[in-house]
Amino acid sequence: MIELLQQYGQAFLWSDGYNLSGLAMTLWLLVASIVLGFILSLPLAIARVSRNRLLRWPVQFYTYLFRGTPLYIQLLICYTGLYSLEAVRNQPLLDGFFREAINCTILAFVLNTCAYTVEIFAGAIRNIPHGEIEAAHAYGLSGWRLYVHLIIPSALRRALPQYGNEVILMLHATSLAFTATVPDILKVARDANAATFMTFQAFGIAALLYILLSFLLVGLFRFAERRWMTFLGPTRG
Amino acid sequence: MNQTAYAMPANPAGLRSTRPETHARSAAGTSLHKLQVEDLHKRYGDNEVLKGVSLHASSGDVISLIGTSGSGKSTMLRCINFLEQPDAGRITLDGQTIAMRQTRGGTTVADKAQLQSLRTRLAMVFQHFNLWSHMSVLDNITMAPRQVLGVPAREAEERARAYLDKVGLPARVAEQYPAFLSGGQQQRVAIARALAMEPEIILFDEPTSALDPELVGEVLKVIQTLAEEGRTMIMVTHEMGFARQVSSQVLFLHQGRVEEQGSARILDNPASERLQQFLSNRLK
Repeated sequence: MIELLQQYGQAFLWSDGYNLSGLAMTLWLLVASIVLGFILSLPLAIARVSRNRLLRWPVQFYTYLFRGTPLYIQLLICYTGLYSLEAVRNQPLLDGFFREAINCTILAFVLNTCAYTVEIFAGAIRNIPHGEIEAAHAYGLSGWRLYVHLIIPSALRRALPQYGNEVILMLHATSLAFTATVPDILKVARDANAATFMTFQAFGIAALLYILLSFLLVGLFRFAERRWMTFLGPTRG
Repeated sequence: MNQTAYAMPANPAGLRSTRPETHARSAAGTSLHKLQVEDLHKRYGDNEVLKGVSLHASSGDVISLIGTSGSGKSTMLRCINFLEQPDAGRITLDGQTIAMRQTRGGTTVADKAQLQSLRTRLAMVFQHFNLWSHMSVLDNITMAPRQVLGVPAREAEERARAYLDKVGLPARVAEQYPAFLSGGQQQRVAIARALAMEPEIILFDEPTSALDPELVGEVLKVIQTLAEEGRTMIMVTHEMGFARQVSSQVLFLHQGRVEEQGSARILDNPASERLQQFLSNRLK
């Protein structure tokens, strides 16, 4: 166990000697996909609940597609599938992008988490009591002001518990990145296992790291809920 | 048994006016009225909720709309600030008629800016308060003045605190969320929110109907103070005693028409049989 940690401890935490690896890579994958997914999901969620079909349907199709297929297949398509197309390889910009495993991985993760986040936020928008929207109309709040000052702040607060869940699921989903040769925690654990045959210890350390991260995320979201969700009333714990 | 003789609106036969222009000309421009609502029609599918109702409010008027549920009184009030889109009719504030345009499904307000301006001059108090639940009481009151009227933050806050005091709420509620307040307190916050817009007319949509009986009084007291200040108010209410006390005009609606209207005295001496029935069912 001690030798394993001496030999692979650094790789598990931040660097395999050449690149970012282990915990640092997992965190990077998580933060990049969550942040990009969040930014993309807001306008898409608004389109998702739009009364205009031309806005709503494409988004609905997108979330159906990405929630309807396994993340692993999405990753395979992004990482190997797209690059196998001549059209992609012949286009220098696309060629450069899809040559890098980390780009393909983050692309797949962003598209996947964004699809789930869109549905979470769209649900939260639908859950805003109609009377509150009506009051906003009656007081002259309309258009983007209505979204910026009422709908988005209210929906984000209401969505916190489900969104926290999605972030934790996404953390665990990043462990698929090793299949695209990205050196995340699981990739280091597999390398350690292959070199030392200390299977239980190698994967045990990986599990421990994930559990610690989850613990931090749960705490973070609990704090956020306490800070931003008390408005729902005194009866909620 | 003279049901309809007393003070019927301009459209006695209740004809669906598809040509509302005809009596627009006479009313517009020269009117002394603050707000004129003329010949409103509204239908939901086959159900015609408003069959041509009118209302004239001068500055300082307190107008009560009464009637059984389903008589169209709330719909009429909600048509005034276009929370419901009337199918026909005309709304004129200070001589300015809100332009409406025919569409396939009915009508729509032609000029969004005009609608916006109308809505900032009329404030509404709702039956279920409709406070913005994720905002503190203070933010509820300052939001529309700041974001819609462009009042500077500090001034909006001072105004909000002054109005909170006026509706009889302690300063500490300013930082609380609406869900932590009683119904009566929430409705008083809603009134403060309306006052903070410094509106020309306040619309009340059954302001005490969702309250526990022991909380009704505190809200009515606030509304009465506003009436005594000479504010122009239009109020849908089931509180007959209160309507009698504060109203300068009472409109009794029945099945989408104004069945009887006049001063608050009509509540003591109803001319129409319908109003007599309505009142005898109410006051026991």
